[in-house]
Amino acid sequence: MEKKKFAFDLGIFGPFAALFVLVVISSFASPYFLQTRNILNILRQVSYTGIIALGMTFVIISGGIDLSVGSLTALVGGVMILVLNALGAGWWGIIAALGAGILIGAVSGVFTGVLVTRMRIAPFIVTLGTMAIYRSLALYISGAGEFRSQSGLFPEIGMGMWMGVPVPVWVFFSLAAVCALLLNWTRFGRHICAIGSNERVAEYSAIRVNFVRSMAYVLCGITVAISSFLLAARLNSVSSTNIGINFELDAIAAVIIGGTAMTGGSGSISGTLVGAVILGIVNNMLNMLGVSPYLQGTVKGVVIIIAVLIQHKKRDSR
Amino acid sequence: MAGSGGAPLLKVVSACKEFSGVPVLNNVSFELSAGEILGIIGENGAGKSTLLKIISGIYTPTSGEFFFDGEPMRSGSATEAKRLGITLIPQEFNLVKDLNVFENIFLGAELRSGPLLDKKAMAAEAKRLLDRLGVAIDPREKMENLSVAQKQMVEFAKALSRKSRVLIMDEPTTVLTPPDVRMLFSIIGNLRNEGVAIIYISHKLREVKEICDRVMVLRDGEFVSLDRTEEVGVHEMATRMVGRELSQLFPPKNAPSEEAVLSVEDLSVEGLLSGVSFSLRRGEILGFSGLMGAGRTEVAETLLGLRRKTSGRISVKGRKADIRTPSDAVKLGISYLSEDRQGKGILVKFGISSNISLVSLARYCGAWGLINKKKEREQASEYVREFSIKAASLSTNLEFFSGGNQQKVSLAKCMDTDPEILIIDEPTRGIDVNAKREIYHFIHTLVEKGLSCILISSELEEILGLCHRTVVMHEGRVSGILEGEHLNEEEIMFHATGLKESVLRSVGQRTDI
Repeated sequence: MEKKKFAFDLGIFGPFAALFVLVVISSFASPYFLQTRNILNILRQVSYTGIIALGMTFVIISGGIDLSVGSLTALVGGVMILVLNALGAGWWGIIAALGAGILIGAVSGVFTGVLVTRMRIAPFIVTLGTMAIYRSLALYISGAGEFRSQSGLFPEIGMGMWMGVPVPVWVFFSLAAVCALLLNWTRFGRHICAIGSNERVAEYSAIRVNFVRSMAYVLCGITVAISSFLLAARLNSVSSTNIGINFELDAIAAVIIGGTAMTGGSGSISGTLVGAVILGIVNNMLNMLGVSPYLQGTVKGVVIIIAVLIQHKKRDSR
Repeated sequence: MAGSGGAPLLKVVSACKEFSGVPVLNNVSFELSAGEILGIIGENGAGKSTLLKIISGIYTPTSGEFFFDGEPMRSGSATEAKRLGITLIPQEFNLVKDLNVFENIFLGAELRSGPLLDKKAMAAEAKRLLDRLGVAIDPREKMENLSVAQKQMVEFAKALSRKSRVLIMDEPTTVLTPPDVRMLFSIIGNLRNEGVAIIYISHKLREVKEICDRVMVLRDGEFVSLDRTEEVGVHEMATRMVGRELSQLFPPKNAPSEEAVLSVEDLSVEGLLSGVSFSLRRGEILGFSGLMGAGRTEVAETLLGLRRKTSGRISVKGRKADIRTPSDAVKLGISYLSEDRQGKGILVKFGISSNISLVSLARYCGAWGLINKKKEREQASEYVREFSIKAASLSTNLEFFSGGNQQKVSLAKCMDTDPEILIIDEPTRGIDVNAKREIYHFIHTLVEKGLSCILISSELEEILGLCHRTVVMHEGRVSGILEGEHLNEEEIMFHATGLKESVLRSVGQRTDI
């Protein structure tokens, strides 16, 4: 039991400890690291995939995975800009665009959910398929080019600051709070954990397993839509070829680094938040230290593998 | 008794094990000779499992000395134990269901000719091992097509193929039918005659008395006694395990009312059940007997909406009930305690409170749909008191609990939905006599309060001791509903094996209407 207790602590505090160590090292490595501008920059950069990682946390805890988030970002972003351009540049247009994006995100979640639960296809396969579908649809609609917004208001949201902190960061942090509440304090969250822990037990416990599992994908789709909205607003355009590339990697990485087990059953939103920030700091430091951008993927990969390795150690130690 | 002469094969001196400073095994010593069967008995949490995990190298002991064949043995190494020929046959088998019999037997020790697998040699060798055990299993049969008893035989063959000298069996008979138990015993006898030393752990004292040469009693991690089996009676064993005289195991039976809470007419499920009819009265304990695979659990699962019925009517309190999902069943006041505790009953990675509230969580949700964790914990601690569940804290994962304590949590989870009809499936499988008694008395209290209970059980003693009436099933059909003087061991076995059916059909119908 003592070993278990230790492992338990590691699960909760491990990501925080890693973040702390990383911050200390980084502040020694570069005098610019701790400057407010740099910190805010890191937080803004991680917020886009960080928001998606929040939804991904639910999917992974439920025992699934969603590889389609990057492609969905492109499709949703494209459609949002089309809606925005069709309805004019005002607030209503922006709200309608966001609404349309969230709708698409949710519908795609329902689609994945139905295939995974009713048709019993592995989530990995389903979302591998939808990943290809969404990207190709985005390319087709735009003729493999860019969706450009005419709105002057739109970039104000994307580039905007409130109380000196960029809007995406606010959105990221408040969504994290909402998700943490959802995961830890509601029936839905409890049921997600139960399903990921043992689907049979959940079924025998009168939990609507298929519905709840599908809702995890819906939630993930919605976070994709929100992220895509912020990203499109920042750039005031969406490139169908470039946007969302490797987002699935970053989002899943943030979840794993945050201590959520790939086997499902348990995990934490605060961990995912920390995981996303850790990834951001690593990127930031590599930039500051002048490491070739081509090598940054290597470092990210190593960090992910180490995180999983620690998880395995944790499981074996009991 | 082959075990008396010669130097001991395995010698354990003062084995101790602590978890976070709490001793779970304290100063236990014993010797085991070749060709001897040593029974180890004790309540849940007595330290049996800890001891066998230490011997088989899964746990590292806190202190203690271990000798094998007179040589000091490195403890806490599963590889070392395996090398010496110490094999543990766990309760949950370590078999790969996608492989066939011989592939399982030789898993990790495959025979090869050159770089390729020598399947022919493995199949032949597997056949030889299975013949030696006296079981007729085709070595090329897929694992998933085997019965539980046959799977156990494959585990034995696997142990034999590794040249085991010490074989540790943890509750081997819990999943077996009486004829299979006989076969198991004859195999154990053969192994002993070949000089294999066997450690036999069981809750079934009669079995221990029957096949073991010596019996060791553990209580709360402490050594209590070690005697030749012929010198201690079953009752004496039970008393030593509990440390005091056992008061009556079964409570007196109450008188149920005439009102039918649940009636099932002509229930059929494609390929599993046909024409199942029975009724359950308020305050009644209705037994369900039958051999494994007779369809008892399937009846329960259909009542819960986990299986789609092809025909038949279910009425709850006189009203026709349409049960499509488990939550429909919960709304009608039906609650089910699964026979497969860890597979369907509880979440081993969850703590007590979140397990108990899993079905009834809506009751704990306040404004904004947020869970009132304080209320949840309070309710859980009430159950902990009521059922005397032993736990470090309410958030300790159930995987660290003994079987009896897990079962109590599982029962608390059922009760928390406020059921009127409780279906309990093998409630005492793999738990000790004290916890059994507590569960029996608890069921009795419930029916006295006006709940109704369906008790599915393979333990005849339990059925006879608790139930007012018993439905006996055979191959998906009700072969009889027994009560009064007809409710005895012989009648149940006749009906369960299908020897008697039509004759007592009339009794079933008479009592049913």
